[in-house]
Order: sequence, then structure tokens, then C-alpha cells
Amino acid sequence: MRFAVVQFGGSNCDRDAVSVLSTLCGVDTDLVWYKDRLRKPYDAVIIPGGFSYGDYLRAGAIAARTAIMEDVASMAARGGLVLGICNGAQILAEAGMVPGTFTMNAYPKFICRKVHIRVETTQSPFTSLYRKGEAIAIPIAHQEGRYVAPLADVQKLERDSRIAFRFCSPEGDVGQGWNPNGSLGSITGVLNEAGNVLAMMPHPERASEEILGSDQGKRIFMSMVRHVEAGA
Amino acid sequence: MRCFLMIYLVKITISLKEGMLDPEAAAIRQALANLGYPTLDLKTARQFTVRFDAANGEEAREQAAAMCDRLLANPIIHRYEIEVRE
Repeated sequence: MRFAVVQFGGSNCDRDAVSVLSTLCGVDTDLVWYKDRLRKPYDAVIIPGGFSYGDYLRAGAIAARTAIMEDVASMAARGGLVLGICNGAQILAEAGMVPGTFTMNAYPKFICRKVHIRVETTQSPFTSLYRKGEAIAIPIAHQEGRYVAPLADVQKLERDSRIAFRFCSPEGDVGQGWNPNGSLGSITGVLNEAGNVLAMMPHPERASEEILGSDQGKRIFMSMVRHVEAGA
Repeated sequence: MRCFLMIYLVKITISLKEGMLDPEAAAIRQALANLGYPTLDLKTARQFTVRFDAANGEEAREQAAAMCDRLLANPIIHRYEIEVRE
């Protein structure tokens, strides 16, 4: 089993992701500079957080159109797992690999704090180790994280159980009071049609050790590991 | 057949689609109101000025539209206007 973490100029959560995967999850993980392309048959690729290309134009817009994203797309088409975290989620949305987009927060400031998100489906390679409806503590750190999508797309996401996470209270209640950035339907994690690509704004790699305040994000990575092991 | 290329100056204006939340515009509008300039409406837009070669104005417009579709605009939230000058 081998995972890759793609590093763009301006990525800044790349090493955190590598550390969590290799040290805590026991996965052989390569840090791959975007110009080096994906040259090995990876089981999973993580697009980490940061400010690729300085968030110029729109967050994720320029990175989404780099050659390595073609590798990521063809890897996903073959069934490999792709997880985009924060800027990685913005990149996946800009690349059209998940529906909708992440844009300026309703209150146009950078928000960096711990929130809670509710696991909306456990029928995905990223969430199988959670309980449905479970609220997990996890940090967010973004200014362009408000999920927007055409209503028809959201209805389809709902119908297909492709909404992975919604912002919620510590008890798991969803409502505007618990929606830090004004996301449509409090949505902050969406899956592609095949279910093997997840784009999420919160940072599970910053919530994988109790010493950092929460280890409740680690099961996302462990769910991926379990999925790959089951398919091996 | 020879093809003569002209240099075109194209102005591309990207703005949010009608009805989209524009938090930046709301903050600016509030700041203007605080300075004593109440406004009924305020919209923001982003303008790109590009120069490139094209065979004719129509081709220049098509090329600019392709630039918008493929990179400059996000079709989920944006609309764009293109102004072509020789």
C-alpha cells in the first residue's frame, strides 16, 4: 500500500499529512512535488491544504489546471482514492472532480478554529469507521470555504448520499448557528459520483492526535487504509 | 491562403451571477454608509485586459470566451462580459 501527498508551491499542510499517514497510520507515503507528476501506482492521493499559487484568481483555480491533476484524475478514474483537504478541496472542485465550489466565507474573514462536523454517510471509503450521525471535533482554517452548488446538484448529492460532512453543534445538530462560513446546507464535505473522491474543508490531519486537541479526524485516513486493504 | 493576424485588445469583466452572495460587496457598502454614502446597491467585478493575435474580432471574442470557460471564471458562480477592440 502506498499513498502520495501532492505538494504545490504554497502547500503548507503537506508534511502534516505525510506525518499522520506514515507515523500514525503506518502507510508508506511519498511527498510528491507537483512537477514530478504521479509516477508510481498509488492507492490513494491526498491534495493537502495551503495556498497554492497564493490563492491567485480563486483558491485552487490555478493548481487545478496543472498537469499533475490530470494524473490525479486518471488515477481516480481507475478507482484510486483521492482526498482533498481545505485548499485541496478547493482544487478538486475547481478541477470539476466534485460538484460545486468553495468560495468566500459569508463573513469574509479567515476563520481558524475548532468546529464540529456530522458524518452524513458511512458508505464511503473515507468514513466507514465512523457512526452515521456522529459529530466529530476538527479544525477549519480558511477564507474561501463556503460551499455553493446549483440546487439540482445538491439534491442529487442528497439522493445519492454523497454529502460526507455538515457543520454541526457538538451534539450533532445542524443549523445556521453552527455553520461558520455560510455553506449551502452546512455542507463541508462532498463525494464524487463513484464515491472515491472526497473534498472537505476541515483538516483531519490536524485532528489525528489527542495532543493537538482531537484525534477524531484520524479515522478518515484509517477508513482509507481499510478500504485499500479490503481491495488488495 | 494567407491569414492576416491582427492584435486585439480584449477586456474581460467577471462578476458574480445575479442572486449570489457577495460578502465583500456587503462589507464595502457598509463602509461607504459609515462615511455618509448610503447606497441602494453595490456590486463588485474583476476586470482582465488581455492582448493577443486573432484573425478577426469574432475569433478574438471566441478565444476570450474560451479563456473564461477554462480558467478565468467559475461557471457555478460567475458570469462574464467580453469587449473586443482592435
